[in-house]
Amino acid sequence: MKKGTPSQGWFASGAPWVWLNAAAVAVSIIMVAGLLLLIAVRGMGHFWPKDVVEFTLPDQQRLLGEIHDSERVSLERLRHAGLEFEAADADDRRDWLTRYLVKTGNRDLTGMDFRWLLETALLAQRRPATVVTVERREWGNFYGYLDALLRDGEVVARGESAWAPLQARLEQSLALHARIRAIEKKEIGALNAEVERLRLRQRRLELEGAYTPARQRELAAQRAALESRYAVLQRQLETLYAELNRDTVVLKTADGHALSLPLAKVVRVYRPNAMGLGEKLRFYFAKLWEFVSDEPREANTEGGIFPAIFGTVMMVILMSIFVTPFGVVAAIYLREYARQGLLTRLIRIAVNNLASVPSIVYGVFGLGFFVYFLGGNIDRLFFPEALPAPTLGTPGILWASLTLALLTVPVVIVATEEGLSRIPRAIREGSLALGATKAETLWRTVLPMASPAIMTGLILAIARAAGEVAPLMLVGVVKLAPSLPVDGNFPYLHLERKFMHLGFHIYDVGFQSPNVEAARPLVYATALLLVLVIVVLNLTAIHIRNRLREKYRSLEQ
Amino acid sequence: MTLTHGVDRAFLAGRPPARETTETCLEVRDLNLFYGEKQALHRIALHIPRRRVTAFIGPSGCGKSTLLRCFNRMNDLVDGVRIEGQVLLDGEDIYAGSVNVVNLRRRVGMVFQKPNPFPKTIYENVAYGLRIQGVNKRHVLDETVEKALRRAALWDEVKDRLHDNALGLSGGQQQRLVIARAIAIEPEVLLLDEPASALDPISTLKIEELITELKDRYTIVIVTHNMQQAARVSDYTAFLYMGELIEFGDTNTLFTNPSRKQTEDYITGRYG
Repeated sequence: MKKGTPSQGWFASGAPWVWLNAAAVAVSIIMVAGLLLLIAVRGMGHFWPKDVVEFTLPDQQRLLGEIHDSERVSLERLRHAGLEFEAADADDRRDWLTRYLVKTGNRDLTGMDFRWLLETALLAQRRPATVVTVERREWGNFYGYLDALLRDGEVVARGESAWAPLQARLEQSLALHARIRAIEKKEIGALNAEVERLRLRQRRLELEGAYTPARQRELAAQRAALESRYAVLQRQLETLYAELNRDTVVLKTADGHALSLPLAKVVRVYRPNAMGLGEKLRFYFAKLWEFVSDEPREANTEGGIFPAIFGTVMMVILMSIFVTPFGVVAAIYLREYARQGLLTRLIRIAVNNLASVPSIVYGVFGLGFFVYFLGGNIDRLFFPEALPAPTLGTPGILWASLTLALLTVPVVIVATEEGLSRIPRAIREGSLALGATKAETLWRTVLPMASPAIMTGLILAIARAAGEVAPLMLVGVVKLAPSLPVDGNFPYLHLERKFMHLGFHIYDVGFQSPNVEAARPLVYATALLLVLVIVVLNLTAIHIRNRLREKYRSLEQ
Repeated sequence: MTLTHGVDRAFLAGRPPARETTETCLEVRDLNLFYGEKQALHRIALHIPRRRVTAFIGPSGCGKSTLLRCFNRMNDLVDGVRIEGQVLLDGEDIYAGSVNVVNLRRRVGMVFQKPNPFPKTIYENVAYGLRIQGVNKRHVLDETVEKALRRAALWDEVKDRLHDNALGLSGGQQQRLVIARAIAIEPEVLLLDEPASALDPISTLKIEELITELKDRYTIVIVTHNMQQAARVSDYTAFLYMGELIEFGDTNTLFTNPSRKQTEDYITGRYG
């Protein structure tokens, strides 16, 4: 065969491999972009105020709801499902029918949130402008018409004219509600923390046998002071609640069923069909803000996910604080001080293998070692007054971040060792020649120069830890944490508390919630937020690394 | 360059034979050095005079850098090195068990072939040795940094950017910075390991002038590949070959009238 035919030349030039690589890169990028786009579209659409449609069913029953989805189903399948069709429908020569997934709300009245409606079963659809959507604190959305606004049982306004006063009353009711929440959470929370501290003090004194009558009187006096403060707050709350419960709104469903709803149970009332684009946009961003800044309601399917964002970020930061010094010290010992031999080789192999242990195994280890053994012993030694209730001997954010630190320490060790080995010998010798000891050389010159590599390790560690869920379920994550790990009560940072996590939240909302259909968009929105949080954490670390790199540019001449 | 060359030569030629009149700073007695099984230095013995420039010349791999690195025990850092014999600094054996290596290295400074400033500011580079000794007083540091930079003939070029990164300097400036860094801690001996081999001719000239200025204060030992350089800057020259000291003497004599055939062959360029 003649050498250098065009195709041979093309192969020899390496062009096919370049194309293959380019294709692989392109596919990866498209997949990542596609994934992000999918979760963004599915998740972010959830907050848009959807029009409410009034359907009239063949039996003249009326139904209000938002169309969430539609699909084409074959007649065959519907017949198999036992549905009968009129000849007119079947003769239509249409083998496919459309059916809608409609969110009908009013769960307290009908017992369900969603219904599938076949297009053939609908007589009419219309979008009346006067329909109101009511977001409630319980039972999900209500769709219906405004009937009357009551105050102390007296009618204030009726029908459509009630709309304007309703908005005004609602604003006031929300302000009252926020005030009540503030008192309950902050002030009464602080009192409770103090009562608990008193109880523990008394218990400690009893254990030490030092609970003398003088002390008893002192503690009793303090307790009485707290109780009187509590009584004041309680009175305040009573008046606030009384004020809050004065307003009631009466609503009517499409069928004409009336429902009277205390305004205290209402979060938001809006008329989606009458909203203009500007109004809808404002509504959209208000909902989005609520999502990232508020606490969840109704088994996590409504409200926001702020505690989960906070928990995720805090756990990752704690993990970084634990893993960096530990990994760096280990790497320095292995690379700089340990005699290189069989033992160090074995240790390196072991460290690298640690990275491939399934993460749930770390969870089991964390539960057994950190929570039960370490936490249990710390409780016995330092918090005997609280026993049998555990203080640190229970899953919490401290143990969760330590477990994840253990999970990610191999990455930091490997990256740091890599960085240490890349520091030019000339730099070390220069420092030693000036009379620096090995430790001084390491601390003043080598480590700063290796810091970009250490940051690379930390970036990889963060990327792995932030997405990890399985081990956390054993060592500290819960579905709903009553309070954040940071608050205004001494000692402000409560590392023993359980926390919420975006990854676990996705699982919980998606699979454990009572209303999976309603929660699906939230799963996407939470996933998007988790990705965003990880991206932000990573970008921060990358930014720091790049600045360090610029600062410690090594002698590559 | 030729002019300086000529001046130096005349200067050297006019000097009385100084060997007897100077005291010894470093004395090497019967030094053998092994890398594992391989012997790199064979029974080296020489006296390095105080406040003079002594040059080590010889072909690549002859052991001149290895010998230089014996003087501040930099060879300790290499795995598998074994040293026999003695090196006396002011009459004390630096390989004795009681010697503190850190103190030794403060007395014997070293400058390497490639400029190796730390990735810190110019100021912090020069202050490094002092900071390690625990000096943190601002005015002491300021004073010492300025003095060292002036002696290294770098002050005028960097005085307005002392707090810029040292890696922004040119190669020649970096090498003078490294010399300033070494003399900031006031060593007795300055070891220069081919200090100009990575530099351009003008920077080389500056380094050579600097060496001539510094020899009033420090005992300087310089390793060089470049025989002209040895002839220009040094008072004494040692010729090493295959790990052995072939000839050691007054630079002028060694270059004009070598007593050994091997030395003559090397300096006339027959090998090396």
